[in-house]
This record gives sequence, C-alpha cells and structure tokens, in this order.
Amino acid sequence: MKNKKQVFETVIHGIFLILGLITVGSVLLITVYLIISGIPAIREIGLVHFLFGKTWASTAATPSFGILPFILTSVYGTAGAILLGVPIGFLTAVYLAKLAPPKMKKIVSAAVSLLAGIPSVVYGLVGMLVLIPGIRALFHIPDGASLLAAIIVLAIMILPSIINVSITALEAVPKEYEDASLALGATPIETYFRVSVPAAKSGIAAAVVLGVGRAIGEAMAVMMVAGNASNMPSLFQSVRFLTTAVASEMSYSSGLQQQALFSIALVLFLFIMLINAILNFFLKRSKEE
Amino acid sequence: MITVKDLCLWYGNTQALHHINMDIPEKAITALIGPSGCGKSTFLKTLNRMNDLIPGIRITGEVCYNEKNIFSPDVDVNMLRKEIGMVFQKPNPFPMSIYDNIAYGPRTHGITSRVKLDDIVERSLRDAAIWDEVKDRLRKNALGLSGGQQQRLCIARALAVSPDVLLMDEPTSALDPISTSKIEELAISLKEKYTIIIVTHNMQQAVRISDKVAFFLLGEMIEYNDAETIFSMPSDKRTEDYITGRFG
Repeated sequence: MKNKKQVFETVIHGIFLILGLITVGSVLLITVYLIISGIPAIREIGLVHFLFGKTWASTAATPSFGILPFILTSVYGTAGAILLGVPIGFLTAVYLAKLAPPKMKKIVSAAVSLLAGIPSVVYGLVGMLVLIPGIRALFHIPDGASLLAAIIVLAIMILPSIINVSITALEAVPKEYEDASLALGATPIETYFRVSVPAAKSGIAAAVVLGVGRAIGEAMAVMMVAGNASNMPSLFQSVRFLTTAVASEMSYSSGLQQQALFSIALVLFLFIMLINAILNFFLKRSKEE
Repeated sequence: MITVKDLCLWYGNTQALHHINMDIPEKAITALIGPSGCGKSTFLKTLNRMNDLIPGIRITGEVCYNEKNIFSPDVDVNMLRKEIGMVFQKPNPFPMSIYDNIAYGPRTHGITSRVKLDDIVERSLRDAAIWDEVKDRLRKNALGLSGGQQQRLCIARALAVSPDVLLMDEPTSALDPISTSKIEELAISLKEKYTIIIVTHNMQQAVRISDKVAFFLLGEMIEYNDAETIFSMPSDKRTEDYITGRFG
C-alpha cells in the first residue's frame, strides 16, 4: 500500500518536471533555432554590411541587406516611447500609490488594467484612424504614417507595465520612512518624491526596462502606423522596425532574403536578452532592498 | 509650554482618549506610562498631529503649544512638526547615507548651503552622542548601523531641524539593554535644551529618567504628578496597582 503511494508520488513529480521543462525546452529550441538559421545570411552578407548597411533592398535586381535603418528605428522608437511614456506612467503610479482618493484609485486602476488587455491590433487600428490623420493635419505632411505615430502608440501601450510595476514598488516602501519624513515637517508631496520614490528606485527602474522590452518587441501596432518603408529613421517619415521588417516580408521571402529575415530576428532576440538581463538585475536589487 | 484641555479622540466610533487635561512643563522629561492600548501613544501622536493621517479620526478639545491651539485652521502643520519633533518606536532611518539622513530635515526647510549643512550634521550627531561612532562613515548607508546607533541617528535627525519639543514613542523597546541605557543618558542630557515627552512601557525607565509622569488607563489619564510622588505615594489605587506590577 505504502509502496503504491510512493510510486504515485514519483509519477506526479515526474509529470510536474516534464511540464516545467516545456518552458525551458521552448526557450532553448527558439534560441538554438534562431542562431542556426540566423547565422548563414550574416556570413554571406558580412556582419558589418548587415548591421551597418544603410540600404535594405531585398527584392532588387542586386539585393542589398543592410538593417541599420531597422535597428535605429527600433532604438529611436523605443527611446521615444520611453521618453513620452515613462513620465506619464511614473507620475500616474505615484498618484495611484500615494495620492489618489480610494474611489479615484479604483477607477484609474480599472482603466489601466483595461489598457493592458487591449489587443495590439486595436491600438494599431485606432492609430491608423485617429493618429495618422491627426499628425498629417497638424504637421502638414503628406502622410501621417511615421515614426512619431509609432512612438505615440508605443508610449500608450507601455503605460500599463510601467504603472503597475512602479505601483508595486512604491507600495512596498515601508510606512515608517514616510512617517519619519512627515514628522520632520516635510509635506506629503516632498515625502513621496524625496523618500518614497528614492526608496523604490530599483523597482521603478525595473518598470522602465520592462517598458523598453515591451516597446522593442511590439510588431503589429507599429506596422499599422509607421508606414513600413525602410527609410533611415526620421520623426515624420515612414519607417520600419526590426519586428515589422521580419513580419512584412516573411510571407513571400525565399533564399537569402528569408535567411536575412532570420538574422534580423536574431538581432532582435539579442536585444531582448540584453533587456531581460538588465531587468533581472534591477528586480534582484529591488528585492534585496 | 504645552497645555492640553479636555482632549477627546475617536477612531471611527471607538473613543480612544477621554477628556485629557494636562500641563507639560518646559525643559523636563515627561513620561507617559500605562498598559498596552491605554492611549498613551495615541496621545503622543496627537501632539504633533501625526494622527491626522489616520482615516476616520476625530478630535475635540485643545492642545495649546506656545499659547496657540495646534488644531486651529491657520496652524501650518509642517511648521508644527518641525518644532515638535518625533522619534519612533522602531528605528527608521531613511535608506540613504548617514549625512543625507541628518540633512534631510534642514534641506526640506530650505537650507542648501553646504557649509551650513555640514555644521548642522556635525552638531546634531554630537548632540545625539553618536558623532564619534559615525564621523568617518558619514557617506555610508545608515541602514548599516546597529539598531541602537540607528535610533540615536534618528534622534540626531529629529534634532537637526532644531525643534523645541521631542516626542519619543517607546524609543528603546526594540533595543538591547546597553543601547537602551545610552538612549536614556542621551534623553537626560537633552532635557537641558529640549522639552521631552516619552512614552514608555518600562517602569524602571520612567523612574530613571522622568521628572513628571502621567499614568494612562483605557484612554483616561488617571494620575499626573511629579515622578517622585507618583512612584512613592500614588494617590490613585489603579496607579499603585500598575506601578507595583499587579497588572499591565
């Protein structure tokens, strides 16, 4: 009887282990696959030409595979989204964690959760219908589909991550710190910005990095609003991101062109890995504090 | 210096303080004693209006500080808290350097001159009898100090905004005996310059350091007198029972 129970326990353990390994296996599989399929094109084109080439003409008679426009677009687009989204998200988090009356907090928090749940294609759609015409009219340019439109959409899309992670960090600040500050005659606002925020800085940094990760990995929404032409990035021009470069050509690509798309995915993957490492660093530090 | 008139306090529907009246003398140590939940900490936190932060609180009566009711609408609560400093039960230095901890208060009140800040930091740390222990590590994080050092740092931090009154809420309850005696010595030396009101659970501590003692029970102030009188011939039976250790 006891033996039977033990066998049962062992089997269950085994099942859990296998289920756990599915995740690990997927990550490994994707990593290995990307490296294997991404390397050949880089070899053929040459790493320097590939990474720093300014022209992407994959279907031309004499094709050219330079992805610098995509890399810079992804970097600028993400930076722009962070520049725009972080102040809004961070201040919203301070408001919700420290200042908002309970009723207001409920309403805004619900809106933030809702924003997080909206599919990216919907962001893209609204961007196409509202943002693009808006930018066209406001700046008098022939086409509103531009880096600026993508930045605005991305900034809104990363708000929920930034807000939620920052709130968690701010709410974890011990009340004793704030009491000490208030007891010294500091106002509540002074207290939040000079004690609570510095005490939560690692968590807030993690929020920003998470936002970076979300922004750089987004494809659908930016494809719909950025115009998708492989120009070097400029605020009012149509641009193509690393993600959208892969997505827009994959369906009809072949040969070296297809291999080059895998190489782009590899570059994107390395970016994400780097961001994850930074994120883990901040999360670990915030836990230690 | 501080005159309390008919002070009542409610948390929601529960009355926590009943008609407290007392005159707290200047430049002396007044100890508030009594069993847990008797309202002594609540009373202490009323004196610098730290209770304002608790939702659902209601206060009637007056607390006059320098002849002015601290609840009157034209009182600047931040200035009040600058003048009536507070040391908490658990040492709570900010997660910053020792220097920045002390400089926090003065900076809040607009002092930016490096020379002035250096001077305030040194003077406060000296007054709190911790200068010699930390003078070589002012830039190090304050959380690296021992519990007793942290509490003296918190006292120094409170002194740095030059208060007149220092409220201490069981400042030694989280500390070992040696650290406790250092804080007690410190309190005695500080009463030359400051009015000190201390909540304590420790009867011996009240005996050792206080000039006046108020005994609280169930939200009422049962007896308030010179320390000697309270401990040698208390006039109320309940005070006697408490100080002789029959309950509490």
